Amino acid sequence: MEHKDRKAMIAKQFISAIPHSRDLGMRIDALGDGEATLSIAYDERFIGDPETGVLHGGVVTALLDTAAGAAVVSHADSHGGTATIDLRIDYMRPATPHQRITAHAECYRVTRSVAFVRATAHDEGDGPVATAAAAFTVEGSEDA
Amino acid sequence: MRKPPEPMQIIKQRRDAALTQLADSIPYIKHLGVTFERRGDELTAQLSYRENLIGNPMLPALHGGAVGAFLEIAAQIELAWALHWPAMEAGATGLCAMPKTIDFTIDYLRAGLPRDAYARARVNRSGRRYASVHVEAWQDNKTRVFAQATGHFLMPKVAAEVAVK
Repeated sequence: MEHKDRKAMIAKQFISAIPHSRDLGMRIDALGDGEATLSIAYDERFIGDPETGVLHGGVVTALLDTAAGAAVVSHADSHGGTATIDLRIDYMRPATPHQRITAHAECYRVTRSVAFVRATAHDEGDGPVATAAAAFTVEGSEDA
Repeated sequence: MRKPPEPMQIIKQRRDAALTQLADSIPYIKHLGVTFERRGDELTAQLSYRENLIGNPMLPALHGGAVGAFLEIAAQIELAWALHWPAMEAGATGLCAMPKTIDFTIDYLRAGLPRDAYARARVNRSGRRYASVHVEAWQDNKTRVFAQATGHFLMPKVAAEVAVK
């Protein structure tokens, strides 16, 4: 198997083994080469505004954080696990109820110790629901 | 003659009912397992540990998304609570208008351990339209903050009217 595919496979296993991601029903739509697309189905248990049925921002946060982490793990220059250093989320508009939310993350730079990621979340309509910028740790690089 | 002060039990009941209404109205707060404890107007949020909150099974450590959501809930409820407090003290009920998150920036200072976490938020600025809230979370030792966040919120219209009055 090519190194790139193996990396994507490891990253996929890595994400599938996360209990909290499973709890929210996250699905991996695409993964590899420092990019990740993850999505989550609309679920009434995740509502943040009972009047409108809009999902809670925290659900979008968890999805963006996981997508960002997955992008880091799948990057060619990362070796193993990672942890979020910081994460900023901007909420553009409420997610439309009953629509799937999809997050796309791109790890655009990896240094010896830090991976930089940006991510966007969409529902099935036009324009992003939220965007994120994050920094992640790069592990196992000291002895690399 | 001055009106006698309200019995303490009545005041406590009213405050607890208002807090329960705020927190229980949101399904995701229940799903994540966040509860609130109140002393006067001071709130402490608690994230009760469950295996479902794990993000790194190897360490194990809490999921960054779960921690972020916990902080956001703590900040949002604190702000709503502060917003509704004057009207609630004046006897109003049915206050549940929620501020909306504009942005939220989370600092992950240490790995979240597989046990309960607590958070307290502070409203640093509360205007007619916007508010800025800071929140810190800890586990065993309050001085060892494991995650903190700052968020900006859009105030709900109803609450803005109450606040202006």
